[in-house]
Order: sequence, then structure tokens, then C-alpha cells
Amino acid sequence: MYPNAEVSEFISGHFIPVKVHVKEQPATFKRFGAQWTPTLVVLDPDGTERYRFEGYLPAPEFLAQLEFGLAKRAFAHEQWAEAERSFRMIVQRYPESDAAPESLYWAGVAKYKGGDHGALKETAALFKRQYPDSAWAKKASVWAG
Amino acid sequence: MADIQWGRDVDAAMTQARAKAMPLLLDFNAAPM
Repeated sequence: MYPNAEVSEFISGHFIPVKVHVKEQPATFKRFGAQWTPTLVVLDPDGTERYRFEGYLPAPEFLAQLEFGLAKRAFAHEQWAEAERSFRMIVQRYPESDAAPESLYWAGVAKYKGGDHGALKETAALFKRQYPDSAWAKKASVWAG
Repeated sequence: MADIQWGRDVDAAMTQARAKAMPLLLDFNAAPM
């Protein structure tokens, strides 16, 4: 089901993985509000949801989504430097992924929240060169000043 | 390639996750197990 070695290693190295089958555990589907398969959910150890995505993805996009879930988790825990590093790594490793422009946006926000008040303007400038047609470039455009 | 050691019990996995301070990944699927 996860024939890609990089995906397998990433999951094993970063998560406590749980497989929930729609026919065997319908109550668990209901408990977590899963309405389609596949649905992947990243949770804190206490069960707080940090990220989810639905639908099949090829390996690079899937890995980018898993990394994004970890970055969002760091962001939620106000680990700004770690969150920024993780978001920027997604842009660097998976520049063509759907997660990349959103990651560039949140990297800027994490940097700003970490105390760099020029980070938002800097991010808006980056979007002029990277992903200029993305929805995230539009959202960042307000920071251009 | 190492197989992923998937758990089947979410609550048991949460206990494990707390002990290891690691996040959980839940894979809701309909594929043959």
C-alpha cells in the first residue's frame, strides 16, 4: 500500500502510524470525522488534530503533505524556528508540489511570529518570483507595503 | 524496504505516542488490509 521506500521510512521515522479500515472500524471513522478514503490525519499525542488531507497522491506530493503536517504541528506549538525550517524545507525539496506555495506563505508567518518583523514584506517579495499565480501569492500581496 | 508497523488501535497508539512524544498518523482507508 506504501510501496515507496522513502514514504515508508518517513512514516516510520516520524509518526506512530495507525491504519483504520472503513469496514472494520466505522466508529473510528465517525470519531475523527473521516468521510472519504484515503484520509490521512496528523494528531498530537493527546489526540489534537493538526492536519488532514484526503485523496490519493503520488509519492512526492504525499511526502510534501506529511512534512506539511509536521510543520503545521510545530507552528501550532509556537515552535517558530522549527516551523519555519520545516515549511522552507518543503519548498526546497518539493518545489513543484501543491504544498509548496502554501509552505512559502507559512514560512514567512512563522518567521514573523519568531520576531522578524520584516518577514512578511520579504515573503511578499519572494512570491513575485516564486508561485506568482498561486492563491498564496494573492494572500501575501497585502504584505508588500 | 522496511514495512511500516501499523497499529490498529487508536487509543493504544495514543498511549505509545505520549510515551515517545511523537505525533500520530491515522490512515483511514478502504484498501484490503
